[in-house]
Amino acid sequence: MKKLLLALLLTFAGTAAAIDKAAVEKLATGDADQRSAAISALVAEADPRAVEVLGALAEGEMQTVAGKDGAQRVLIVKGEEAVDAVTGEKITPLPEEREDLIANNRLRGQVEGALAALKLLSPDRAARLKAVKQLAAGADEALLPLVQKALARETDAGIKPALELIAASLEMKSGSKEARIAAIQRLATSSSPNSRTLLAAAASDPDADIKYEAQKALREVQGRLAWGERAGLLFAGVSLGSILLLAALGLAITYGLMGVINMAHGELIMIGAYTTYAVQVAFRGSAWFDWYLLLAVPSSFAVSAAVGMALERSVVRWLYGRPLETLLATWGISLILIQSVRTLYGAQNVQVENPAFMSGGIEAFAGVVLPWSRISIIAFAALVLLGMWLLLTRTRLGLYVRGVTQNREMAACVGVPTGRVDAWAFGLGSGLAGLAGCALSQIGNVGPDLGQGYIVDSFMVVVFGGVGQLAGTVYAALVLGFANKLLESWSGAVIAKIVVLVFIIIFIQRRPQGMFALRGRSVEA
Amino acid sequence: MSSNALAANEGGAFSHVASGELDATHGVVLYLDDLSVSFDGFRALNRLSLAIDLGELRCVIGPNGAGKTTMMDVITGKTRPDSGTCFFGQTIDLTRLSEAEIAHAGIGRKFQRPTIFEHHTAFENLELAMKADKRVRTTLLARLSDAERDRIADMLRLVRLGDAADRVAGLLSHGQKQWLEIGMLLMQEPRLLLLDEPVAGMTDDETDRTAELFLSLAGRHSLVVVEHDMAFIEKIARKVTVLHEGSVLAEGAMSQVQNDPKVIEVYLGR
Amino acid sequence: MGTFSRLYGATGWLALGIAALVIFVLFPVLSLAVPPDSAFHVSSYWVTLLGKIMCYAIVALAMDLIWGYCGILSLGQGLFFALGGYAMGMYLMRQIGGEGQYQSDLPDFMVFLDWKELPWTWWMSDQFWWAMILVVAAPGLLAFVFGYFAFRSRVKGVYFSIITQALTFAAMLLFFRNATGFGGNNGFTDFKRILGFTIATPETRMALFAITGAALIGTLLLGRWIVTSKFGRVLAAIRDAESRVASCGYDTVHYKLAAFTLSAVLCGIAGALYVPQVGIINPGEMSPANSIEIAIWVAVGGRGTLVGAIAGAGIVNGAKSFFTQAFPEFWLYFLGLLFILVTLFLPQGVVGLARKLRRRWSGGAA
Repeated sequence: MKKLLLALLLTFAGTAAAIDKAAVEKLATGDADQRSAAISALVAEADPRAVEVLGALAEGEMQTVAGKDGAQRVLIVKGEEAVDAVTGEKITPLPEEREDLIANNRLRGQVEGALAALKLLSPDRAARLKAVKQLAAGADEALLPLVQKALARETDAGIKPALELIAASLEMKSGSKEARIAAIQRLATSSSPNSRTLLAAAASDPDADIKYEAQKALREVQGRLAWGERAGLLFAGVSLGSILLLAALGLAITYGLMGVINMAHGELIMIGAYTTYAVQVAFRGSAWFDWYLLLAVPSSFAVSAAVGMALERSVVRWLYGRPLETLLATWGISLILIQSVRTLYGAQNVQVENPAFMSGGIEAFAGVVLPWSRISIIAFAALVLLGMWLLLTRTRLGLYVRGVTQNREMAACVGVPTGRVDAWAFGLGSGLAGLAGCALSQIGNVGPDLGQGYIVDSFMVVVFGGVGQLAGTVYAALVLGFANKLLESWSGAVIAKIVVLVFIIIFIQRRPQGMFALRGRSVEA
Repeated sequence: MSSNALAANEGGAFSHVASGELDATHGVVLYLDDLSVSFDGFRALNRLSLAIDLGELRCVIGPNGAGKTTMMDVITGKTRPDSGTCFFGQTIDLTRLSEAEIAHAGIGRKFQRPTIFEHHTAFENLELAMKADKRVRTTLLARLSDAERDRIADMLRLVRLGDAADRVAGLLSHGQKQWLEIGMLLMQEPRLLLLDEPVAGMTDDETDRTAELFLSLAGRHSLVVVEHDMAFIEKIARKVTVLHEGSVLAEGAMSQVQNDPKVIEVYLGR
Repeated sequence: MGTFSRLYGATGWLALGIAALVIFVLFPVLSLAVPPDSAFHVSSYWVTLLGKIMCYAIVALAMDLIWGYCGILSLGQGLFFALGGYAMGMYLMRQIGGEGQYQSDLPDFMVFLDWKELPWTWWMSDQFWWAMILVVAAPGLLAFVFGYFAFRSRVKGVYFSIITQALTFAAMLLFFRNATGFGGNNGFTDFKRILGFTIATPETRMALFAITGAALIGTLLLGRWIVTSKFGRVLAAIRDAESRVASCGYDTVHYKLAAFTLSAVLCGIAGALYVPQVGIINPGEMSPANSIEIAIWVAVGGRGTLVGAIAGAGIVNGAKSFFTQAFPEFWLYFLGLLFILVTLFLPQGVVGLARKLRRRWSGGAA
């Protein structure tokens, strides 16, 4: 508040003059309605002194003192200094027997709106833009004269339309029938949720003409808003899809290509998240904090990959070709990993802070804010996917992995070290799980049970896409993410999730090979 | 077992045919016409047409990938053809039946690798295969009659497992497993037997005995034998069909096929 | 009679008789007739614990039938167990009547949610016979319908495990919702009476214990009868070579469906016996972890042996109640290691181990 006031004062510096004495006195001594009217009057003056007075009222720095002539004198008191609120002249010494002026919440809100509105007159374009945004979210009708004044002065094409809409929305509430109809017609070009609310109210207006115009305008606005909502839904779907993809990519390798049912996959995700947490703790308080992810990403990959390789060499490799046993043994591993993390970090969730660049978001459509954290994760998922694709198609390891997974005996015959390839491939899948954990730590809670929530989803994605089909995994993640968000907008999160699960169960029964199936001669005798 | 099926099994008259029973009045037991199957662009069967006569012993040969196994998959209902027809006798459309229904209709199949029930005894293997009511409720209450025990014992003797009746099948030798599987097929009293590489992994002695067995079965059953072992084929062959790239390349007596220039090119040309 | 001699030999029947004697005579006497200060008195803690483990043993037998004998690892057993429990729980909730906290005819949680009447799912829930029908029908129908579609589309092996797990997970989410009408995440608790008897008295507890024991022995005999029948041999054949069974002319879908449905019904019965003894049922019973744990009971005891399933349920759950009291933080380590070690080194379970030792011992003696 202080900062804002200072900025405002600077804005109007040099135009100092006395302001409406009656208004100031009413502000100080009037009843609630008079005080409210006084604020409007002060705002209409658009004077720096008015800003100062309103600011003082909001900050509780306004006091009254009985003058010699019996009239009340209004002072602005800052520490040991006082000035006359009307004239701005300094008053020394500070009079005794001053009385505090209390502003109630309603008044305070009005003052804050007014102060924002006053910024509309600021020569600084950014300040004006900010003020427009603030007022677009809802403005008091008393501000209409000020907004009109600002509109008359405004020349910037980026601000003027928004300002016109604000003026229209204020005119909607008051003014003559013609003015209201004109305002409604202008609002019809808007695409903000506030206009919709306003128009919806006017659409049941007793006046038939207004009602008709408002309904027409409402349809237009709703049509435009629906696009924004659809775009928002699409983004949410892609966002969830990218998270599912990250969680499932590792599994697409360990299960899809290698055929290992790794029930500890979720726990490898969890380990990645805790690694990110550990790196973040090490960076906390340092100047490089915003860059901790640069170290956290490779660390989470490395730690999860190392754990995964250790598991492969110690347990999983003895169970190749026995999928049900693998399922049970890796489940056992997952229990041990969960308990180990509980022992090390405690059973409570830990807090992972985002670096600064990931907080906030951009407003791509009216009313639809896309958080940077989600955008970053979509980009991250795309990068990871690209990296994995390059690794599998362009490197010798990738060639070996594909060879071993297609025909183990043949690959061994031509000299591929199958055992080592298994370990590396499993490590790669586990490392990808670690990356998923790193990403998840940026948008949700990190706790020992983190992985349990993702294991069913990850398997569903891989199975739905078609086991052994990397492209299928990508499509499946996006389709499921999108379907989930779409259903969520109709039925709520839990039902959406249940419906998606049931859908996958039915789908798998119709097409056990998933979306992208290779048909072939039956391998099994 | 109905008296009908019994009569048919004895190799007697086929004149009276009940619904759902095999109708082989024209002397053809299996009739494949214009069958095509493709897997992702690869045509495993390419307009294959083939007819097997009642009681015939037919040998099918061909290089790897010629479509022999796929043909068997289609006949037994494991793979559905993209186009073409596949009739068992005059009336039974095999493309519409499930695997179990096809087995019931009277087609038995022996897989390349012997698949027997490794944890059951040889006796139990034959018991499970024996022609009987195979619905859930009846198997819950089923008890073996003396006649059924005798039939199992006879079959054990026929496939030379008489003294291994109570041995767990997983512990039998490879040749014994092949024989046990043939025994299981015969227990189902099939009209048509499909045998995929029946003598693979057998000793010469076992191979000879298998040839004898097959020759003795022909006439009572129709047999389709797929085999790579040419010596074995020569021993049993009456009529040979050569498959190549999913369709019939040549058909006729062994000597005739062996001298066919197209066949020689396929087998030796590359 | 032939049927009896088929099920067990003389020693088998003797062992079963002793077990029945312990459950139906020794325990009731030690718990009810022996005074509490005597060293031989069995406290209600032990009665409840053993009763609980016997319920688990029924579940283990059900799991063994479908997994050990038919080779289908169902991760939906916990769901079927919970469904049976919920069916019984609904009846028990209605038996509370006006004695609940809010003194309403509706269950407390419904009063709390400001519901005015029972949802349709609670139809007839105050009738014991209807509860008994639900205990069998709810899990049985679900398994039948689900299994029919799954087996018909040849979903098998790990695929089947994963989709049954997804089913269980979906059901858990559904039951966690308050709006579903089964008490949300608190589930049902605070039971007062069953068939008019007060649940908390030692006599009622002992009666429940004995009924559970009878159910366990009944399940064991039923299981034994099944696995020694031709039906049982077909199941084991499906486990070893399914396509061969199909080509022998068996419709494997029907066999798997029968086994799966029976297994679900047995789990439901176990759940119904479990709830009045333990006094609570909530969606946590449906968590995927519980269903996998059931598999490890069977694996520890020995797949494909009915006695093994019972032994496994006893060993693992005995260890669980020991660990969660003495060293709660080590329980998951122990359980995790058990999963790994049993699958790696003890594929036949303790029963397999015992058989191997006995063979070696008798071999050495001969």
